[in-house]
Amino acid sequence: MTMRAPLVFVLACFGALAALPLLTGSYGVDLVTKIMVYAIFALSLELLVGAAGLVCFGQAAFFGIGAYAAVLLSPASEAAGLWWLLPVSIVAAALYALAVGALSLRTKGVYFIMVTLAFAQMAYYVVHDTPLGGGTDGIYLYVKPALGSLIDLDGALTLYFFTLASLAATFVFLAVLLRSRFGRALAGIRVNEQRMRATGFSTYPYKLAAFTLSGGIAGLAGFLFALKDGFVNPELMSWHLSGAVLIMIILGGIGHLRGALIGAFAFALLQEFFKSEAIFGAFAKHWHLGLGLAIIACVALLPRGLVGLPAQWRERLVGRSRSAAPQEALNEA
Amino acid sequence: MKPEANGNDAVLLRGRDITRRWGGLVAVDRVSIELERGSVHAVIGTNGAGKSTLINILSGEIPPSGGSVELLGQDVTRWTQPRRARAGLGRSYQRNTIYPTFTVFENCRLAAQARSPRPWAWWQDAQRCEASTGAAREAAAKAGLETFLDRPAGALSHGQKRQLEIAMCLATAPEVLLLDEPLAGMGAEETERMLALLEQLRPGHAILLVEHDMDAVFRIADRITVMVNGCVIASDAPEAIRTNPQVQSAYLGH
Amino acid sequence: MDLATFLIQCLNSLQYGLLLFLVASGLTLIFGIMGVINLAHGSFYMIGAYMAFALAPAVAATFGGGFFAVLVVGTVLAVLLGYLLEWAFFSFLYEREHLQQVLMTYGLILVFEELRSLAVGDDVHGVQPPDILAGTLPLGDVMTYPVYRLFVSGVCLLLALGMWFVFTRTRLGMMIRAGSTNREMVQSLGIDIKFLYRVVFAAGVAIAVLAGMVAAPVSSVYPGMGNTVLIICFVVVVIGGIGSIRGALLAALLIGVVDTFGKVFVPQAAGVLVYVLMALILLWKPDGLFKAA
Repeated sequence: MTMRAPLVFVLACFGALAALPLLTGSYGVDLVTKIMVYAIFALSLELLVGAAGLVCFGQAAFFGIGAYAAVLLSPASEAAGLWWLLPVSIVAAALYALAVGALSLRTKGVYFIMVTLAFAQMAYYVVHDTPLGGGTDGIYLYVKPALGSLIDLDGALTLYFFTLASLAATFVFLAVLLRSRFGRALAGIRVNEQRMRATGFSTYPYKLAAFTLSGGIAGLAGFLFALKDGFVNPELMSWHLSGAVLIMIILGGIGHLRGALIGAFAFALLQEFFKSEAIFGAFAKHWHLGLGLAIIACVALLPRGLVGLPAQWRERLVGRSRSAAPQEALNEA
Repeated sequence: MKPEANGNDAVLLRGRDITRRWGGLVAVDRVSIELERGSVHAVIGTNGAGKSTLINILSGEIPPSGGSVELLGQDVTRWTQPRRARAGLGRSYQRNTIYPTFTVFENCRLAAQARSPRPWAWWQDAQRCEASTGAAREAAAKAGLETFLDRPAGALSHGQKRQLEIAMCLATAPEVLLLDEPLAGMGAEETERMLALLEQLRPGHAILLVEHDMDAVFRIADRITVMVNGCVIASDAPEAIRTNPQVQSAYLGH
Repeated sequence: MDLATFLIQCLNSLQYGLLLFLVASGLTLIFGIMGVINLAHGSFYMIGAYMAFALAPAVAATFGGGFFAVLVVGTVLAVLLGYLLEWAFFSFLYEREHLQQVLMTYGLILVFEELRSLAVGDDVHGVQPPDILAGTLPLGDVMTYPVYRLFVSGVCLLLALGMWFVFTRTRLGMMIRAGSTNREMVQSLGIDIKFLYRVVFAAGVAIAVLAGMVAAPVSSVYPGMGNTVLIICFVVVVIGGIGSIRGALLAALLIGVVDTFGKVFVPQAAGVLVYVLMALILLWKPDGLFKAA
């Protein structure tokens, strides 16, 4: 029974997302497109942090590479073919992830976190300080890519559904991946890498594969982001963004794919809430204060993230369950 | 009830002149050891004698400063631990290295998966992998854990966790077992169960047993090696060890 | 590059490195001893700088004091702030996992930024060094060097020596070092570990605030300065080895040199050099230069 509830929740989310354009105007569509892009970004990090136990603080680099590839490789005055631009952007991000992972995975713990940050900062400074990335002014994407006459991503609505489809595909892919042998091996590496090695798993290739895959998915998110705004600038690779996506998955709850979804939505909606002048009037320009306090409150009260909220309520109402040891469900969607 | 030396005396694991230095300190000093199929070889010694270092070198976790390790006839001195494990070397640890948040069954299955990893088949549900699920059931049954398959491993009693530790070793069907203090922290009943398990495992495997429980060691071992300060001071059948004067003064304290 | 310019860059490297060391030492102490990752550490630096700007008129009006009086008042306030903050907030973080600490202290950064914004606004400010220190020293025939920068280096060095003395020569330092390796043991010896942690934390905050105050005339006072210094401090701590003060000093000086000379020789790549350095060092020594003291 408890296994079905998460599935129902996820299906309900996607259903709501599909129906959303009917209910809101263009601002809502634009906002939710952005949130869905963040959700894909958050899913990429969940693969690393939640599944493999690798806390990466440089995820924005792969996001940014996907975005910059989309813009730099698009011809100036006509629509690029989506069929090649999308895979190439993803592969570009994945290749950088492969290089970073190959070097970083030698380190562990906080050192790993910092090395990944270092490599992200390197990418940031390349686009920030060299003519390659157009500097702080950024670069504009004038014509969005298209798949023949079938999909023209210039329209906000088309982009919305394309993003929704990408999010759904990513979610399903990761859900299937995590219960496969590869996914279970990652989980084992996260819980006890020593035992995995003693049993006969060479753990480095698994971690590297997860890192590369995660980079590619982040690149997909970056690609969509570039298309949405038609503009890229170095801030897409900044450590603030790496930090924000980490915050999203912690907020949502690590160890569950839907945690990444929930976290992305919660984070973005909290920002919108505190920025809203309708609610806070002139104080709205100090929205960081509300957001900061909300984050502190969430972590203080919800140690397992928002995903743990139903369980926490149940425990409050029904009393602690008899089995004290926590158990991981095998299909953690 | 120990069997006579059996005819199939193949030496499955051989350590020759193994030495390990940490800076100026010699943790293991030219130790040679042989593990034969169908026998239990115990290594005893006081704390700091070098037993842990020795077992870590044999399993591949740390490289020796000198000497060699041979597994099933091959020189594996430069091999990593996973590679040796795949070649038939199983290892259990003194502290539990189980996966506490997974079920007992999943613990065994994941261990068994090492034999048939097939990571590229990303669409296949791991739970449907017959190779690993079959091996998992077998290993769990051998270790006496069939009735606990669905329990989260963290909820087991200490003795059951130690049994699971052994089961995970067995899941990859190794020929050589390196067991590091499997009886640690066990009561009398649990110790009996574990010794019975080791007795069952003896015929098919070459077992190295590092232990502090002297009664258990003398009951189950076919051969005992005594280490003091990184050196082997005696290596013989249990009765000879019991009466060896050097061993008595250095270790047994009689 | 002639000798005088080279000397100037060396002195600049030293000053920058020592300042970084000061801030980073608080960070590595708090993480090494109490196991808390505090992202808000950079905010203390920022608070110090803004205090140097904002307290000046108040201190002048109340005590008639100048820059040095501001330093004293600021340090006292910082110790109080650190003490209160540990009691009210950070003491709850010790049991939490690192990722939760990251999240909570990230929230704290946002809160501090906005409180500062509400209190003193978002403008960029300059702070004048006091008159005695505002002059320059001649260096060679043509060049001169600002006395104030030497003062900054001097203060940092003094504080570093003070820290070394406390750690290695006092009972308090011994208790702190013991508490970092074995908390339960120290408690069973009858030492109040909670009080110890509070003292260490307050000291870490005070040092960062003081660093910010002293740096204000050199680096000016602007909203994002906390975050900038935070990232570099994490790099210092990681290169030096978590929990190692010796390592933090070496790493900070290394970064001071690389950054300063990098800006001179390769201005386009200056930003990235520090990270390249960190990546290289970690690939050579995955645990940093020194293991924890």
